[in-house]
Parts: sequence; C-alpha cells; structure tokens
Amino acid sequence: MILPALFFYLFAAVCVASAVMVIVSKNPVHSVLYLILAFVNASGLFVLMGAEFLAMILVVVYVGAVAVLFLFVIMMLDVDFTELREGFLQYMPIGLVIGGIFLFELLLTVSYWVINPTTPKAITAAIPTNVTNTEALGLVLYTKYIHYFQLSGMILLVAMIGAIVLTLRHKVSVKRQDINVQNARTPEMAMAVRKVAVGQGLQDTDAAEWVK
Amino acid sequence: MTIGLGHYLAVAAMLFTLGILGIFLNRKNIIVILMSVELILLAVNINLVAFSTFLGDIVGQVFALLVLTVAAAEAAIGLAVLVVYFRNRGSIAVEDVNLMKG
Repeated sequence: MILPALFFYLFAAVCVASAVMVIVSKNPVHSVLYLILAFVNASGLFVLMGAEFLAMILVVVYVGAVAVLFLFVIMMLDVDFTELREGFLQYMPIGLVIGGIFLFELLLTVSYWVINPTTPKAITAAIPTNVTNTEALGLVLYTKYIHYFQLSGMILLVAMIGAIVLTLRHKVSVKRQDINVQNARTPEMAMAVRKVAVGQGLQDTDAAEWVK
Repeated sequence: MTIGLGHYLAVAAMLFTLGILGIFLNRKNIIVILMSVELILLAVNINLVAFSTFLGDIVGQVFALLVLTVAAAEAAIGLAVLVVYFRNRGSIAVEDVNLMKG
C-alpha cells in the first residue's frame, strides 16, 4: 500500500521540478532535456493510474518525436539565446503573482471538490476488468470512436503536409529533373542541322543558337 | 496514505500553472513558449486520465489519445512556422512579429 504512494510522490515531485527547470533554464537544450524528464515521469504517473498504453505512447510520441524535433530545431537555428532572455526578471513579479493566484484557485477547487453522489454516473464505456488496458482502449477506439480516430489521422496528415509545404524551398540554382519537360522535347527542339563552310567551322556568332 | 483523484489533479494543476508561468517569463523565446504549451497539454492529459481511472470510464483515455495527437501536430506546425520565420528574419524574437501592424 505504501509503495504506490511513494512512487506517486517520487514521480510527481520529479515531474514538477523538471517542469520548473524547463521554464527557468538558460539554455534551451537543457529545457528540452528537462521536458523529456517531465514526460517520462508523467508516463510513470500514467502507469500508476493503470493507463499503460497511454504511458508508452507518451514516451514514444513526446520523447521520441516531439522532443527530438525541438532538439533538431534548436540545433539548426543559429540563435543567440542570451539576448532572448532579456526581460525574464522584468516579467518575473507579475508572472509569479498571476501564477500564484491561479495555482491557489486551482488547488482550492481540487481540494473542496466532490462528485455529487446522488447524481447517477453517466459512464459511457466502463473499463473492462478482464482485459488489458491496450485491448480495452482498442475495443472502444475502433468501434465507438472510429470517427474521432480517423479525424485525428486527418489532423496528422494536414500537419505533415503543412510542415512540409512551409519548410520546403526550391533553390533556383539547383538543377532538377522534370519529366514533363523531357517528354515534351522533340528532335526539332533538341537538334539543329547546319551547313558549315569548308575550313571555317562553327562561328562564335552562331553560339547563342546552338547552345540552346 | 492512499493516493486519490485529488493528488493527481493537484499535480496537473501545478504543471498547468508552470506552463502558463513559462509563457509569461519567456516572452521572447518562442521555443520555450512552445515547450510551455506542451506542458499545459500534458497537464490536461493527466487530468483526463485521472478522471478516466477514478470514474471507471475509459473514454477519458481515448480523449487523452486525441489530445496527444493534436499536441504532436501543433508542435510540428509551430516549429515549421518558427523555421520559416527564422529564415526570413534571422532571429526568433517574438516581439518582431508585429511588423504587419499598420
């Protein structure tokens, strides 16, 4: 009984502490590494709650994809990050005040909040007891929520196309193969038959034509 | 010493507040702002999973999965916009974004 509580406090403490480090560290690379630590500990919390599939997905998606994407962008952009920290102390008091009030209100809400026991629980899909978490999730995700599932697939597709379209750039200097241009070539366009005067060869004045 | 719903909600509330605080403190560094948004979405996910577990309803986890999808898409698009902005301006200072202001 004591062990889950200990692990909860461990995961929660490390998660919150690394979240603090994410927003206060000077180097954005350190921020990303602390973000990874926060996500790994959050997935530990998920395991404690019995959501094993989501925990593993959290590690795969956030640590494996999102955090690495952040790292790539930080490494690729040649930015002086020290000048971006100007105003950190300037915004510190107002941020702390607003954050403190917000946290106070949230914790007040959480601690004095109960589900009304008289209202019947409106459970849409109860967690089955005899199957694993992954199977239980799949049983509702692919049947009842198939449209949401496909919609999220569309969101990912749109995000992928959007990211490619935004970052793709065609350099003029790079020569590319264009199949249509190649197929449209005719012998008349590609070749020219010339009469060459004996002993003279092709003159420079013809150059503009025969280069084309 | 049993861990209930309130404990998880408290952790999520702290993460959410830290995310908002991160947006306040790093007003100029858009990369850290994006990371703060990820923290906020993580807090939302913890809330969804906590309610799902303690109410015995698996739909919360389905929605957490959808939030995860949207978060990943948002990070990809946000970073792509950031890269384009950096190419055009040579810096990522968010304060210069109001150039289109009349």
